[in-house]
Amino acid sequence: MCAVRGLTKTYPAVRGRRGAPATPEVRATDDVALDIGRGEIFGLLGPNGAGKSTLVRQMTGLMRPDSGSVEILGHDIVRHPERASRILAYLGQESSALDELTVSLAAETTGRLRGLDARQARADRDDVLDELGLAALASRPLRKLSGGQRRLACFAAALVGERPLLVLDEPTTGMDPVARRAVWSAVDRRRAEHGTTVLLVTHNVIEAETVLDRVAVLDRGRVIACDTPNGLKEQVAGEVRVELVWREAAPLHVPEVAALRDRAVESGRRWTLRLAPEEARTVVATVTGGAAFAALDDFTLATPSLEDVYLALGGAVRQGLVKA
Amino acid sequence: MSVVPAGALPAGVLTAEEAAPPRPAALGPRARLLPSLAAVYRAQLSRARVARIPLLFVATFQSVGIMILMRGVVDGGGEARAVVAGSSVLVVAFVALNLLAQYFGQLRASGGLDHYATLPVPPAAVVLGAAGAYASFTVPGTVVTAVVGCALFGLPLAHLWILAAVIPLAGAALAGLGAALGLLAPRPELATLLGQLGMSAALLLGVLPPERMPEAVRLVRDLLPSTYGVEAFARTFAPHPDWAHVLGDLAVCGVVGVISLAVATWAYRRAAVR
Repeated sequence: MCAVRGLTKTYPAVRGRRGAPATPEVRATDDVALDIGRGEIFGLLGPNGAGKSTLVRQMTGLMRPDSGSVEILGHDIVRHPERASRILAYLGQESSALDELTVSLAAETTGRLRGLDARQARADRDDVLDELGLAALASRPLRKLSGGQRRLACFAAALVGERPLLVLDEPTTGMDPVARRAVWSAVDRRRAEHGTTVLLVTHNVIEAETVLDRVAVLDRGRVIACDTPNGLKEQVAGEVRVELVWREAAPLHVPEVAALRDRAVESGRRWTLRLAPEEARTVVATVTGGAAFAALDDFTLATPSLEDVYLALGGAVRQGLVKA
Repeated sequence: MSVVPAGALPAGVLTAEEAAPPRPAALGPRARLLPSLAAVYRAQLSRARVARIPLLFVATFQSVGIMILMRGVVDGGGEARAVVAGSSVLVVAFVALNLLAQYFGQLRASGGLDHYATLPVPPAAVVLGAAGAYASFTVPGTVVTAVVGCALFGLPLAHLWILAAVIPLAGAALAGLGAALGLLAPRPELATLLGQLGMSAALLLGVLPPERMPEAVRLVRDLLPSTYGVEAFARTFAPHPDWAHVLGDLAVCGVVGVISLAVATWAYRRAAVR
């Protein structure tokens, strides 16, 4: 369905000016190779600045790569970027093109520009707005909606006019659970009925684990792993994550706690440890008994998430993935 | 939350890939020029209605104010015609050039162009639709300014119908220029600045009577697309208008309009794929 080979894009170095520091040359995507099958929900996961959006912009014909190839349904997108718009629907992070339109007009206009005739655009618009529960907001301008509602309206515009590939860049940002469910059930329906493929950009690990068939983990422009969420988690199956939250400060006078300090990732009052199950049990026993317990506010013991996979694979950015 | 396991997809959905010959799949339909132009026009007009009505008032009051000021300076005749025509076309310049440059500058900077660039719509439809909507949005302000001007300076209202030609032609030229400035400016603030400068040029060079200008300024005035719209309009206030000259000026305006819209379309293509 979609094959990416050797995709590379380098942003040139910028010389410093007054008020703007110089930035070195950045490899936004570095020799990226991906294969996406038809009907798959394929995810790109990584922290901010990992190169996810740059990769997606190259795959949608919005940006020319320095080298490499992108083939979608047999079409060479690097050579014919204009064909991308006839194969895929893209939901970018920005809504500024639609902001001052009403929800209804935004969806209808997008359908018209996707090549539908007037009658079909209106019919499609009504179906999609009903499906996503937006009918009550149809006559409100996007600008007046909350962030999550606006996002849902943009998603509706992306769905008007059937496309075999949906490219969604962080579609559920700011949405409440009801809106999220509407998004994923709309995606699932299209997949079941038409075999629609979805390329999803996310930095939300919980979402990645629950909705994706396969996920490519990006770090500084490179794909550092690509597998099913479960397959990836098995790579770190030998580990357990222990999180300790102290009341005020860690009780370093307790020797067992002091010994753990080197292995913990500290974030304020929170310590995160990745340990073998045996060790984890010992640690929990230590902190829940004796002197350390008085200083303990909360603790959790969890099986690894995709965030742990990212860190275990050598992901350099310690923050930026969201658990929500 | 994904309830459809990959294995439960319609027969052959996942395996079709290997069996299928490497023939490219059929592409979705392309949006044709006129329907998509109409769709962009309609969307932009509704945008303008919501967000730009206060600005239209500003543009109209500004032009009326200028005419009131100039009443103390010019004493009827050719100069009065130039002032009324210039002030009317200034409304077009304010909306079509200044506001459109700002709009496209902001759209480009915020990434909003991606929305259009990932739809199979001809670039000309986006540029023409937006330019057309902004130009038609100037109609009430221009007409009000012209009527007030005629009343102030005692000019005949008989040939105001010429506005039906002046507004679209001057509008096309100025809107194309505004769109091109907005799309080519590397930063949105620069687009705003260029739009303002273009409007100031239209103000100074269009409203002030050309007989009082130095030679170099008159040359700049001849280069400004709005000038020909102003001249054509001003000529129709004469007791016996020289229609050949009016047509000639409108033709120049039309040619400049076509060129500037073509440049804007080229600028759009350039801005959309980076």
